[in-house]
Amino acid sequence: MSEVHEDAVDSGATVRMRGVTKRYGGVTALDDVDFAIEPGEAVCLAGENGSGKSTLIKILAGVEQPTSGEIMIGGRVRSRLNPRVSAAAGVMVIFQDFSLFPNLTVAENIALPTMRGTRRKLFDRRRARVLARAALERIDIDIPLDARVESLPVAHKQLVAICRALASNARLIVMDEPTTALTEREVRSLLDIIRLLKSEGVAVLFVSHKLAEVLEVCEKVFVLRNGERVAEGPATDFDAASLSRHMTGRDVPEAPPSAVDPTADVLLEVSGLHKEGAFRDVDFTLQSGEVLGISGLLGSGRTSLAKALFGLVKADGGSLALGGAAIPLGDPLSATRAGIGYVPEDRLTEGLFLTQSIVRNVAIGRLDEHVRGGFLDLGALVIEAREWLSRLKVKAPDIEAPVKSLSGGNQQRVALARWLSRAPRVLILNGPSVGVDVGSKADIHDIVRNLAQAGIGLIVISDDLPELLAICHRLLVMKNGRIVDEIVSGTVNEDELTHRLAS
Amino acid sequence: MTLHLWKRNETLVAIVIVAFCVLATLSDPLFFSATTLTDLLRASIVLGILAVGAMLVLVSGGIDVSFTAIAVFAMYASTVLTLGVMPDLPWYLVFALSIGIGALLGAINGIFIAGFGLPTLIVTLGTLSVFRGFLLTIIGSERISALPPGMRDFSRMMIARGTTEAGSFYALPAAFAALAGTVVLTWFILHKTMLGRSIFAVGGSVESARRIGINVRATQFFVYVYVGALAGLAGIIHGSLGRMADPFSLVGLELSVIAAVVLGGARLIGGYGTVTGTLLGVALIVLVQNSLIVVGIPSTWQSVAIGVLILLGTGLPAWQARRAAARAA
Amino acid sequence: MSEGSRLARFLVAPEFRLAIITLAVFTLMSMLSPERFLSAQNLTSMAFQFPEFAILALAMTLTMMTGGIDLSVIGVANLSAVIAASLLAAFATPDMTLAQSLPWLMLAAVAALATGALAGAFNGLLVAHFALPPILATLGTGLVFTGFAVALTGGSAVMGFPEAVAWLGNGRVAGVPVPLVVFAVLAIGLHVLLTRTSFGLKATMYGANPLAALYAAIDIGRLLLRVYVVSGMFSAIAGLVIMSRANSAKADYGSSYLLLAVLIAVLGGVNPYGGYGRVIGVVLAVLSMQFLSSGLNMLQVSNFAREMIWGTLLIFVMLINTYDWSGLRHARTSTSTSR
Repeated sequence: MSEVHEDAVDSGATVRMRGVTKRYGGVTALDDVDFAIEPGEAVCLAGENGSGKSTLIKILAGVEQPTSGEIMIGGRVRSRLNPRVSAAAGVMVIFQDFSLFPNLTVAENIALPTMRGTRRKLFDRRRARVLARAALERIDIDIPLDARVESLPVAHKQLVAICRALASNARLIVMDEPTTALTEREVRSLLDIIRLLKSEGVAVLFVSHKLAEVLEVCEKVFVLRNGERVAEGPATDFDAASLSRHMTGRDVPEAPPSAVDPTADVLLEVSGLHKEGAFRDVDFTLQSGEVLGISGLLGSGRTSLAKALFGLVKADGGSLALGGAAIPLGDPLSATRAGIGYVPEDRLTEGLFLTQSIVRNVAIGRLDEHVRGGFLDLGALVIEAREWLSRLKVKAPDIEAPVKSLSGGNQQRVALARWLSRAPRVLILNGPSVGVDVGSKADIHDIVRNLAQAGIGLIVISDDLPELLAICHRLLVMKNGRIVDEIVSGTVNEDELTHRLAS
Repeated sequence: MTLHLWKRNETLVAIVIVAFCVLATLSDPLFFSATTLTDLLRASIVLGILAVGAMLVLVSGGIDVSFTAIAVFAMYASTVLTLGVMPDLPWYLVFALSIGIGALLGAINGIFIAGFGLPTLIVTLGTLSVFRGFLLTIIGSERISALPPGMRDFSRMMIARGTTEAGSFYALPAAFAALAGTVVLTWFILHKTMLGRSIFAVGGSVESARRIGINVRATQFFVYVYVGALAGLAGIIHGSLGRMADPFSLVGLELSVIAAVVLGGARLIGGYGTVTGTLLGVALIVLVQNSLIVVGIPSTWQSVAIGVLILLGTGLPAWQARRAAARAA
Repeated sequence: MSEGSRLARFLVAPEFRLAIITLAVFTLMSMLSPERFLSAQNLTSMAFQFPEFAILALAMTLTMMTGGIDLSVIGVANLSAVIAASLLAAFATPDMTLAQSLPWLMLAAVAALATGALAGAFNGLLVAHFALPPILATLGTGLVFTGFAVALTGGSAVMGFPEAVAWLGNGRVAGVPVPLVVFAVLAIGLHVLLTRTSFGLKATMYGANPLAALYAAIDIGRLLLRVYVVSGMFSAIAGLVIMSRANSAKADYGSSYLLLAVLIAVLGGVNPYGGYGRVIGVVLAVLSMQFLSSGLNMLQVSNFAREMIWGTLLIFVMLINTYDWSGLRHARTSTSTSR
């Protein structure tokens, strides 16, 4: 139904996209993108969150339709892709959420798509197990076939997702942020498998913004920013620094911050904090006016730690004290009352109430403070909200409009405004400028600097190395749940930082 | 590890059943007899068939409260049709008619839920009223006790009958085979066919199912048609065994059915449910409904008992899930 | 610019569509039975009839706005009425004067409200603390509450109240039917609660995005508990009105009101996934349903047919609204963020 005609000229390329554009309402996610990948080739698709890379793979997978443009798979133009057609054409996408079925077994998760492809009506459990075992053996992994996927740790879930793609004999395997939660050993295995696949003529597309290991196996790099292709070329032309520059669009590195006053009060004291399966032996202090960065490969435990500091995740033990007063673990309400704030990583699902007005999103933290005689003083609420919006330079002509109508940068500022209006003493920012345009990024960094100067202690979780270098006084590196390195700003540059993070 | 946790639901129910039976036999030694057993088995036929269907819906990620209305509609309509047009229809054709009508009504649910994507609880609340209202307004509201001979014949078919040593009479109707057949068929579909695995997949994660190319709409549509058909079967059996076509019956039973299904381990979020668990749940509900008095609890407390069972049946796994989530990073 | 956009928002709002529908139903019913429908007798009769289920619809609205549902409203209403009725039947006789019966009336009312609050608190505990899905929790508790009512009454009706009881459901104050006044007070109260209190705003926002509410450090447990307590108390008041109008209390009164309450809430524009709902919409929906009900009555349509029409209407309304809600549903269930 979707195959139209043969195109002899491009019969070589496994996948070729020409002039692909995708618009969602007023937002352009992809803008006139040309992309090609040959059989047996490994290509890196690099870009930050919001750059359009997720949209591109969704289009390849047939989950989304392009607004305009042409897609060719295996040399044939596909005018109406859907997941089944895409899979039949040999494109297997492993999404970030793995697209697994938590309630089904490992064997079923691995074998189901393949067995669906054969159009057989009956389900042969034994055959599923055979298929699954074969796939697991290919990457030399041992996971119980009858275990329910929901009971597996994240790393194993990812491996199951990869096995599923392997089992269906795809011609192109797309991996979205594949190395997130894998150990060194598992990453090595994965890279070996990719080499094996390449030798079998299978193309691999890595979508990522963390590329230290991946550059080893990729022939080509393709960089997206704000929906546009901004750089393309052989992997040897790129290094971590240049990639980062292309992804963020920043040429001029921001100046690192000046040192913190050593006599400043110690705001936050963390000691012996641990949580099974996430992090352990976490000890550090945060001074007033200090910006402390926490980074590490994804899966190092840093997000868990950040959430644990705020109480969203309950640490198993250890102590947390703000200004000398102990804070109970695992209770966001106490943490907030004590003066800790947390701006989450994912503003769309965790940070904001998209359908609610901008005013409400800003004011939600301060509702109880505006109660007069049992009722809300709406007038005062609005005035206060407006004040914060203007202080953070949020462009919003109508503050009663739903917050989803704002751009990413303005949305992030609204999330910040909400917490700032609560006058926190410690503010934790998880991915403060993710998916935000360059101008807004610089503004947010200024905001952070100003907050530090006003005496607030900030903890910034980020993978954006230039960002960390630009705003943090100190940087803690986490790996496998422990703090393994402490870097003082001004002592390293970006390349060295990359090395220390990866080692 | 999770298999372990979840199996706890079934074992807990089994333990309660055993405890109940022990208590009951202690109160009244005659409880443990062929008569009681066949009575309980008979009582579980209609409930059981409906519960198997309801479980399927829950596994697929939805919830259906209209199946009792479908059951009574199908039963009454087929009775009226048979009496009016072909009074001498053999029982299996009357049954086929009822199943067919049930499937059709289920298809209506399917169109709204699978086709239009409307929320399942509220849609089936609506169709419950539409089907029942239609039945009582347009088809008829009289209780019919002169059933077509086909249905009467069926009600007399027995698997086993006799007299116990104590002198009481026992009989297990052939209708029980229908429950057994339903159970086997449903088990087969769920575990041995791709369709069945797709139902679990859709219940586990709709988006993931879509991504691997499962036709989510067709799968959901099938589920509601199947439930409808089962409801039609349950309805006609109810009518036959009860020797009466009562258009006011059955509706109100849906709570007991859902209680049975939930006790058996099926979860509202979808993706979980077993035939074994459902049968255990049905057994417990039937025990509660028919034998509370033997244990000394007056029948006026029956609703309370079933309500408490629903709460415990949902509460335990929900509580465990919350504790597990809190432990996670 | 905000003036124009406010007007634009008003016209597009579902409540405006609803006002048109209400007007249309009124007109249609008037045309079908002009002398009887538009008579003063009918209009006042309607004003006495709808508050019973309208108050239940208000209760349903609040819980729906948090993305939940309260299927136990009827059970709570009947249980509260049965407890109040039992007190009255035990301590007050039908021939008591107003002055004599007043303290007992007060006691009965307090008992009913307390029952509603406790029942609601139980619901809230199950939903907030034990994380039961509201559908199943309230399905179960509804059975339990009804069951208690059955156990207390043995299944029969409780009767024998002082005359003054009839005032709540049948009396007038300054010419206006008392139940209408009660409903108006509760409706205005709920509106104020939702739009002008910290509790109401939090409830709405929680419904819009429960995860973000957690991250915004809202005390979700306390919030949900209060939501279900309020719902329970509204249900209790509805139960009292029913009791007054029926001059008796029974465990199974108003069984068709559950569907009606859900229908009215949905018709009134309340999003069953949570995060949106306006009391004015619910009020308009109540009026539409009452006009429809009375009009159908006059056309000699049977009760069964009325049930069928309600069910059809519910589905029809959902079909129309589905395009407004699909965005909200995706926001709640989607986990991916990057474009």
